[in-house]
Amino acid sequence: MTVDLTQFHDAFFEESFEALDAMEAALLKLDIGAPDPELINTIFRVAHSIKGGSATFGFAEIASFTHSLETLLDELRSGAMPVSEDVSDVLLKSVDIMRAMLRAVQAKQPINSQRVSDLQFDLEVIIARNNQAPSPAAVAQLPAASAAPRWQVRFRPYRELLARGNDPLRMLRELHELGETRVQIDAQNLPLLTDIEPQDCHLAWTLELPGEVSEEAIRQVFDWAEGDCDLEVARLPDPATDLAVQAQPSPPPPAEAAVAIEPPPPPGALQEPPSAAPALDASTAAARPENAVKTDPAMSAHADSGSIRVSVDKIDELMNTVGELVITQAMLSQLGGQFQGPQAEQLRAGLVQLERNMRELQESVMRVRMLPISFVFSRFPRMVRDLAHRLGKQIELKLTGEQTELDKTVLEKIGDPLVHLVRNCIDHGIEPPEKRIASGKPPAGTVHLDAAHRGGNIAVEVSDDGGGLDKARILAKARSRGLVGANDTLSDAEIYELIFLPGFSTADKTTDVSGRGVGMDVVRRNVKSLGGAIEVSSESGRGSRFTITLPLTLAIVDGQSVAVGTETYIVPLISIVESMQLKSGSVSRLSGQGEVFSFRGDYLPIIRLHQVFGVEPRTRALHEGLVVVAEGDGRRVGLFVDDLLGQQQVVIKSLETNYGHIEGISGATILGDGSVALILDVPGLIHVASMRLAA
Amino acid sequence: MSANIPGDQQRGGESRQVLTFVLGEETYGVDILRVQEIRGWSAVTKIPHAPPHVLGVLNLRGSIVPIVDLRMRFALERAEYTAITVIIVMSVVTSSGRRDFGVVVDGVSDVVDVNSAEVKPAPELGARGATDYLLGLVSIAERMVVLLDIDRLIGRDLSAIAGGEDGESMAADAA
Repeated sequence: MTVDLTQFHDAFFEESFEALDAMEAALLKLDIGAPDPELINTIFRVAHSIKGGSATFGFAEIASFTHSLETLLDELRSGAMPVSEDVSDVLLKSVDIMRAMLRAVQAKQPINSQRVSDLQFDLEVIIARNNQAPSPAAVAQLPAASAAPRWQVRFRPYRELLARGNDPLRMLRELHELGETRVQIDAQNLPLLTDIEPQDCHLAWTLELPGEVSEEAIRQVFDWAEGDCDLEVARLPDPATDLAVQAQPSPPPPAEAAVAIEPPPPPGALQEPPSAAPALDASTAAARPENAVKTDPAMSAHADSGSIRVSVDKIDELMNTVGELVITQAMLSQLGGQFQGPQAEQLRAGLVQLERNMRELQESVMRVRMLPISFVFSRFPRMVRDLAHRLGKQIELKLTGEQTELDKTVLEKIGDPLVHLVRNCIDHGIEPPEKRIASGKPPAGTVHLDAAHRGGNIAVEVSDDGGGLDKARILAKARSRGLVGANDTLSDAEIYELIFLPGFSTADKTTDVSGRGVGMDVVRRNVKSLGGAIEVSSESGRGSRFTITLPLTLAIVDGQSVAVGTETYIVPLISIVESMQLKSGSVSRLSGQGEVFSFRGDYLPIIRLHQVFGVEPRTRALHEGLVVVAEGDGRRVGLFVDDLLGQQQVVIKSLETNYGHIEGISGATILGDGSVALILDVPGLIHVASMRLAA
Repeated sequence: MSANIPGDQQRGGESRQVLTFVLGEETYGVDILRVQEIRGWSAVTKIPHAPPHVLGVLNLRGSIVPIVDLRMRFALERAEYTAITVIIVMSVVTSSGRRDFGVVVDGVSDVVDVNSAEVKPAPELGARGATDYLLGLVSIAERMVVLLDIDRLIGRDLSAIAGGEDGESMAADAA
């Protein structure tokens, strides 16, 4: 019987594309001259796994190409070839070629063999050239050999080692205290996860120690394990050559500590190559999230079982079910409070427990949907590099806060707006190098993407240190298009607002990058559809900053329940400034129409919810009810309600699924008693109320 | 315009099951395949700016479902909602996809087999043009049953709410 391999094709393509993205990201981070060995490993793994996959599936051309690529990468990995600008360029091109080949194969189209063989030739030329003239840099990469030959320690514990109370991790740590230690783990004997016996030790180690350490000191570390392991301590013949093959070029000492600590043998732990745990200082850790999130699970064959692919539909279904469970649980809790009798206390205790578990369950399910924003950010390094080349500008891209997590739906929709913004920054914001130098700035402009949690929201900032928005030009353009009257004076904020108008562009000529006048209005619309907001600030000659504020998730909102008559409404906590009771007489009428009250020196209009929603209230007298001061779209209003009921997290349900959009309402939720409460959309509500006043 | 009779009925002889219910003096029928569930009356949450016959929304196992009062839709005399008032939850197919909604009726009668050959077209009732949601009339046990096309009857209302005036104001919001 033969296995139909085509069923695995989709998974192979999907993984390969992801892996290529990771490879590209790693390439872009690769420092010319001083490459991070872990990055090279990442790149190597991608090439290797694509080679393996394509050979398995019979995609000969891809396999052959990746084989050449692998050869080149192997040279880089061993330090035999330095990472130069040329090499980096060829590698980036290889990513493109591999992507093109995979796409072609996926679409069952012929591969453009000419391009492939051209590049493959380039690759081979580079390899051949290097082999003729061994690079001095390769030698420089090697750690300075110490005077005495290094020790090699082979430590092969017996299975019962752990059961006898020995801890290999402790031994490795002690060894490291003796001197800088290199560790290689041997997981050959690791059985399948299903067969693993957690009490047994299946791992073995080969360690290297500096020559100065005395043999006695080394052996002492293993004193307690005597009889429970095979131990060989021997001098290495030639440290330099051996090292080059066995270990990566020396990372700084702290990295070694992490390496030594990394492979503790909680038996059953999957093998990690020793290089997989480099000690990263905070900045590099932040700068390379893909490595942590994407590449490792996708590429290292051994870590595959660490993650599974699940369709979003299944997760949504799970979310729905959990949402309903939460409602049922709230219903039970309410009911439980009314029970009397000997077992009531037990019942209530159980219900409290249930509530806690429910909350945890809900949070875990929410977290399943949350992904770090690096998934979006990772597309930018390449984009910025290419754009900068094309436009003849020098641009440094700074990414921070990439680990900030947000809901997948939000994540997917925020990508395009961010691309727009970054493009704009590069095309319009950052000046050409000569102009920058002339104005006393470094020739390379900086585009900074930052993400951070702020309260229940996530704020994504795109800023540049370019010329800033040209107020005069924006205004002139707006005047010429009749958007602004010739004599109107606008505040800065109002001028910046103009760029969000549909079809507005100040670009003198349309480039293929931006300037076609579609952009900022689309950005704003996309952000708004996610329940977010976008703000601009800019300083002439210093740069501009776009801040997008987004809800973390579209599924849950923290809300304050308010009562109006017999109805309950939810006001999102994020829009509430405070709630207060008005004294009688503190309300004035404006020209006999709108009511306003004084709040911290401002006069705010009052929106009577019962009027807007056509509900019979318990009271119409303002001092008998409460006023919730709420903010939306930069405006503050007082919402007049009968009473405040309580704060709770509510699951947002769409009204649009079965009904339609209602102005002033963003959705609905189901309360503990199973009834439906509407969730207010404060900006929309302000809009409705002002329309009513105007009418 | 004449009654709208789906193709399979015109070929004749095919029978389908119809759920019949009572509104005042009249009996109506809808395709049983459209019926999701039948439940007792419970208080609804009002929705602002809704047409009068849309009473509000209910929680139907986690989804929010609008409730329509058919008496008000047909401009019949209003009845009190009591413990025996019934809500039939149905699904309609609209231009924007499947939507669920509930209709309030006086009571559910029966599920009957209706042979499409027996369905008579509904007579045109003047120029009101409001009868295109009638699939036809059929006589069951000497009672006239009015077969309803709920896609036309309710679906159109719902589409108007979803894509009509509110849709425009959404666009205005976004600008």
